[in-house]
Amino acid sequence: MDAASSLPGWALLPSALAVTLIIVSRRRPVVREAWSIAAAVTQSAIVIAMLPAVLAGERLVWQPFAIAPSVPFLLRVDPLGALFGMLASTLWIATTVYSIGYTRALAEHAQTRYFAAFALSLFAATGVALAGNLLTFFVFFELLSVATYPLVIHRGTPEAARAGRIYLAYTLGAGVMLLGAIVWTHAVAGGLDFEPGGILPGGLAPGVVWGLFALFVLGTGVKAALVPLHTWLPIAMIAPTPVSALLHAVAVVKAGVFGLVRVIGFVFGVEVLQDVGAAAALGAIAAATIVLGSLAALVQDNLKRLLAFSTVSQLAYIPLGFALGTFDAMAGGVLHIASHAFLKITLFFCAGAIHATAHVDRVSDLGGMGRRMPLTMGAFAAAAFMLAGVPPGAAFVSKWHLLLGAVDARAWWALVALLASTLLNLAYFTPIVVRAFTGPAAPVQEARPALLVPLLATAAGGLLLGLMPERFGRFLVLARAVAASVVPGA
Amino acid sequence: MIEHLPVLPLVVVLIAALLQPIIGLRTPRLAWPLAVAAVGVAAGLAAVSLGVVVGTGTMRYAVGGWEPPWGIEVVLDRLSAFAETVILAVATFALLAGGRSVRDRHVRGEPVYYALALLHLTGLTGIAVSGDLFNVFVFLEVASISSYALVATGGGPALAAAFRYLVLGTIGASFYLLGVGLLYAVTGTLNMADVAARVPLIAGSPLFAGGLVFIVAGLVLKMGVFPLHAWLPDAYTHAPSHVVALLAPVATKAAAYTLARTFLYVLGAGELPIATLLAWTGAASVLAGGVMAVRQVEPRRLLAYSSISQLGYIVLGLGLANAAALAGAYLHILNHALMKAILFIAVGAASRGVVGRAAISWRMPITATCAVIASLSMIGVPPFGGFFSKWYLLEGALASGQPLFVAVILAGTLLAVGYTYRLTEAVWFADTAEVPGARREAPVSVLTSLVVLSAASVIAGLASAGIVDAVLAPAAPGR
Repeated sequence: MDAASSLPGWALLPSALAVTLIIVSRRRPVVREAWSIAAAVTQSAIVIAMLPAVLAGERLVWQPFAIAPSVPFLLRVDPLGALFGMLASTLWIATTVYSIGYTRALAEHAQTRYFAAFALSLFAATGVALAGNLLTFFVFFELLSVATYPLVIHRGTPEAARAGRIYLAYTLGAGVMLLGAIVWTHAVAGGLDFEPGGILPGGLAPGVVWGLFALFVLGTGVKAALVPLHTWLPIAMIAPTPVSALLHAVAVVKAGVFGLVRVIGFVFGVEVLQDVGAAAALGAIAAATIVLGSLAALVQDNLKRLLAFSTVSQLAYIPLGFALGTFDAMAGGVLHIASHAFLKITLFFCAGAIHATAHVDRVSDLGGMGRRMPLTMGAFAAAAFMLAGVPPGAAFVSKWHLLLGAVDARAWWALVALLASTLLNLAYFTPIVVRAFTGPAAPVQEARPALLVPLLATAAGGLLLGLMPERFGRFLVLARAVAASVVPGA
Repeated sequence: MIEHLPVLPLVVVLIAALLQPIIGLRTPRLAWPLAVAAVGVAAGLAAVSLGVVVGTGTMRYAVGGWEPPWGIEVVLDRLSAFAETVILAVATFALLAGGRSVRDRHVRGEPVYYALALLHLTGLTGIAVSGDLFNVFVFLEVASISSYALVATGGGPALAAAFRYLVLGTIGASFYLLGVGLLYAVTGTLNMADVAARVPLIAGSPLFAGGLVFIVAGLVLKMGVFPLHAWLPDAYTHAPSHVVALLAPVATKAAAYTLARTFLYVLGAGELPIATLLAWTGAASVLAGGVMAVRQVEPRRLLAYSSISQLGYIVLGLGLANAAALAGAYLHILNHALMKAILFIAVGAASRGVVGRAAISWRMPITATCAVIASLSMIGVPPFGGFFSKWYLLEGALASGQPLFVAVILAGTLLAVGYTYRLTEAVWFADTAEVPGARREAPVSVLTSLVVLSAASVIAGLASAGIVDAVLAPAAPGR
């Protein structure tokens, strides 16, 4: 099953190289941007090239050296890693094109720092995806916090400084908890490799399981924006919109839930957590996050903050799926990593396009926007309704699986939370769409192509994923494979 | 030639120190290149000797051909070769970075400054390789007295700080001497190996206990570990930045090495209750230093308290005394030397000729990047070296069966996040609009040092497993 291969290492190379090349070409923006795109395309190609092997049941392993005694630097590509890796790489392409349009439109400063930090963040996110043990995961997870900091503070204003401070405090503080958890795991389990079904020895005292789990949840839950660790996310919306789009709707927050999934499925094992009641506790936190996030979104006027709270709410679907622990719930949760990514990135791209073209940031100012920017608002409306769960969108498929899984687990509270979330999503998205498409007529002044094409592409992605979840990127196949490997009794 | 390796680095640095006044009569401008070259050569020799020791085992050298235990012995085992290499290598770059600053301050008196600096390094090197307890004291005093003078070159408030440093440092050295005297009284020998052999016979003796306590107290004071740290903040704040860049990374490490050597190897006290006390002292220093650092506004004072905190990690590791904890403590000797050197050099470069709070990242991007790397290493973010020493310390804390130390290390990390953030905020932010002139990076000598030390920080991190396997693990007591 494990096959030694250097492909995972190659997958990390493009983004690593891009950082240097971008800095070196700082005086020639065209060349500089070309490096970003080239790296994103190359990385996507390599990750997709690994897909057939992963689907066939092979695990590509690359283990070049030891980080600590008996703990190697380990990249092991399994379905979960392949899914997240593909997602990050392909959406990087879209975001780079979008970034180019956005930074040109707004004549942003410090573009070299921006694109270099972006590449470094993608390097870290890919490393998180492909990491085969907790220590390798930790290295890239922390690097992600550090690499995204220059992007959060990009604007250089006092508010940006404050946002950066809060961001670092939360993420680095969580990193310390995570480090404690990892060292403790090493002592208890003797190893740190991710194994489907967990690596903890049997017969552990419940106190140890709870304590360890609590540290892991604190460690990953900040990035995963679980209530009450989510506060940094709306504050970080001060970053330029492409940053919010890829990193805070896709890479950073998905790394957090990805970490949670790894911990639940591949370090503890679902049964262990269910036995001591920790799964139920996580489920409660997830359900609360789903509802509270949506309620908070309902009262936001700033469009990006609204989307941030919507992210907080939607992300919690994934730990909810794993707290339920049934096959469909977990498959739905993993698929939602992809569904939410495509749809949320579209929404952020639209928000950024509206900001850059019409200089509008607030929901209350969106009257008539649908007539000024029909394609953009059209994509927004489509993505919004798809995200709420309207078929044939991608979120419908993941939500459907989650609902099935909740029924399997007889978890009526989860059903309530999911349905409430659907209603709340509709409640905050519908008025926006209605307001945008009614209101005063205005001359059409669409976003420039560099902004428009990516958002239409990702919206199409969200639709295709909903229409053909097994064919498009094999996402549902991968999600099912993950669930199959960790479901109790597997 | 090989058989003289143990003393060669020491001799090179000493001769260079003695040449400085002669240079001063003819061509003062040669003082700096001579100093850097000499220490660089010595560092190279030390590295070679480390390789030899790893390959063939401990080297013993009888100075002047007089056999121990009456003659003075120089012992080069893995730990001493490691310490010697770290000290000399980091010092080379600290001297390289400080050159311009020294020239500005001392105009024609450079040779005097470098004579002092080289004497100081002679002392530290001698401490690292000495196989004789009293010999350590001699070199300790050589190093200390020259460091008091170096601090005093700052003038003004530095004079008071230097005097305080002198008084407290002498007390520390006297404690050490007292301890050695007590041990001599009960063992009849000053040679480290001899004393170690006789310890089992005298372990119950009150003179042994007294000697142990005095030696530990003296060295803890020399290291600047809480609660005997009072000399450190003022000395690091008021001394000229080039002096602190030299002293901070290496002087305390020599004291740390001596503590390890005497406590664990000579006196075999790793199992005694005093080891637990030492561990708790280290833990207290980690927390106290961190808390005090967070409250500082002035960057060098902040770094001084940060040093107190970081040195606490080393003492904690020594006190825990299990394999992982010791590996962590020894690794931290390397990593802390690197990170503090980078930070003091960077802070010194940034504060020179800057009007207002300029965004250093904008004016001095390379300096800023290196400072950020060092800060991340201090927090313990991989892949920089600081993470790995912390990892080993955490494993050691867990292995000791006292999870409270794990909490202390993690709390110390959180505090480090706090205080390095304050330092780094000045790097990225400020009012870029009001700073006249374009970017003005630090001089090449400073940049070279910063870049090399930062690269070393990364390499030390990635290669830490190798370093531990080849050098540090076999260096543990009893192996």
